[in-house]
Amino acid sequence: MSDSRALIEVKNVDKIFGKTKALNNVSAEIKEGEVVVVVGPSGSGKSTFLRCLNLLEEPDKGQIFFEGTDITDPKNNINKHRQKMGMVFQQFNLFPHMTILKNLIIAPMKLQSVSRADAEKYAMELLGRVGLADRADAYPNQLSGGQKQRIAIVRALCMKPEVMLFDEPTSALDPEMVGEVLEVMKALAKENMTMVVVTHEMGFAREVATRVIFMENGTIIEQNKPDEFFASPKTDRLKEFLNKVL
Amino acid sequence: MNWFYNLETKIMLLNLEDFKARFILNFIKKNRWQYITRGLRLTVEITIFALILGLILGSLAAVIRSSYDLTHTKKCSGLSQKIYQFILSVLNIICKIYLTVIRGTPSVVQLLIIYFVIFGDVAVDKVFVAVVAFGINSGAYVAEIIRSGIMSVDKGQFEAGRSLGFGYFSTMRYIILPQAVKNILPALGNEFIVLLKETSISGYIALEDLTKGADIIRSRTYDAFMPLIAIALIYLAMVMLLSWAVGILERRLRRDER
Repeated sequence: MSDSRALIEVKNVDKIFGKTKALNNVSAEIKEGEVVVVVGPSGSGKSTFLRCLNLLEEPDKGQIFFEGTDITDPKNNINKHRQKMGMVFQQFNLFPHMTILKNLIIAPMKLQSVSRADAEKYAMELLGRVGLADRADAYPNQLSGGQKQRIAIVRALCMKPEVMLFDEPTSALDPEMVGEVLEVMKALAKENMTMVVVTHEMGFAREVATRVIFMENGTIIEQNKPDEFFASPKTDRLKEFLNKVL
Repeated sequence: MNWFYNLETKIMLLNLEDFKARFILNFIKKNRWQYITRGLRLTVEITIFALILGLILGSLAAVIRSSYDLTHTKKCSGLSQKIYQFILSVLNIICKIYLTVIRGTPSVVQLLIIYFVIFGDVAVDKVFVAVVAFGINSGAYVAEIIRSGIMSVDKGQFEAGRSLGFGYFSTMRYIILPQAVKNILPALGNEFIVLLKETSISGYIALEDLTKGADIIRSRTYDAFMPLIAIALIYLAMVMLLSWAVGILERRLRRDER
């Protein structure tokens, strides 16, 4: 793994909301093919960290490099870089005024000038893979939460991204629907997609992650390969956290 | 006794023969119906063009105001961003003044000022003046309606659009505005109805719109009842037609929510 290049590099990033420091001098590296799972108590800054990666939150200090380019530099067109960073939200955020198929093809058609036929073909292929090809003409509000989230993943994938960012993708789901979404994410990981996942699903972290990051109070406290992360935590704070959640 | 006499004349309306005679007097004789038809045409003309102008001005002001609301707290680093933010805050102040002045003064006064003060010294088509006055007036109300629509769309929709790589304005265009329009359609329809009725003050700058036309007939025939009730019914019919059309549009846009 050490030979694969760093896809995202985060350097000394601070993010301040009002008086609270959500991120405090955070540095990290996401390498190609890695599945990095970020865990931590709520308010630890893990979602802010993720949202900084594609600049949905702009850092107050520090730099973020994506494929070697400093995306925090306003001279660089962030929209171009975001096309290569798929994002999946806790609340799905599908476009309710479009059919599922339209949700999937609008970005490739408008932003990458893919023809409608090609965009639809690729979208249908991906829909088939998540088992929702028959819902192409439905509207988002006709779907269950689990289906919506699978569609949201496909929507991001339709842009053929280099990395996928997941912001607590299963937290808004009914328990019986968590599995179907995690299955899709596992399949993605198997295809060597680079992924950064903020989640509370420790099972997923243990099984799929190549690296687990533990954050608290806006800083990265500890990171390790999943087996060591869960079996022999080094800091007291992580031990405490794992005792609570496992 | 005078009061009693008035009542009696009103009851006389029920007399069919009399009604026919007054109808002929007010609308048929000397082609007086043309005051109504020409007035109706003018009213519709002013309303449609003012509506288009109002929508353009309103959307512009709404996008400026909500862009400012969404971005003015953001810290900016580069010089170009600072200039952009400065321009935006200046535009925002202009919009705020526009909204305050227009919504804070009567539309008759605005119409008179635009005709006698702003275009006072130049020969200019009165219809054009009316369109400009009503368009500017309507734009102020439309702006706040559209802005509330933009603000009513969930913030996550904006983030989803941006995360896919859409820029600010394409996100607005493809994702936010279509949803906003759906939310504000009833309010927007209501504004159109208000605008249509508001044009009845065009007579103040001597335009012969529907209301003025009826008033001219009244002054010729000394019969207030027939022409005024006639145009009231015409306004009512137009408003009902408009409400019906807005209702259909609304149902079509709501299809996806079932």
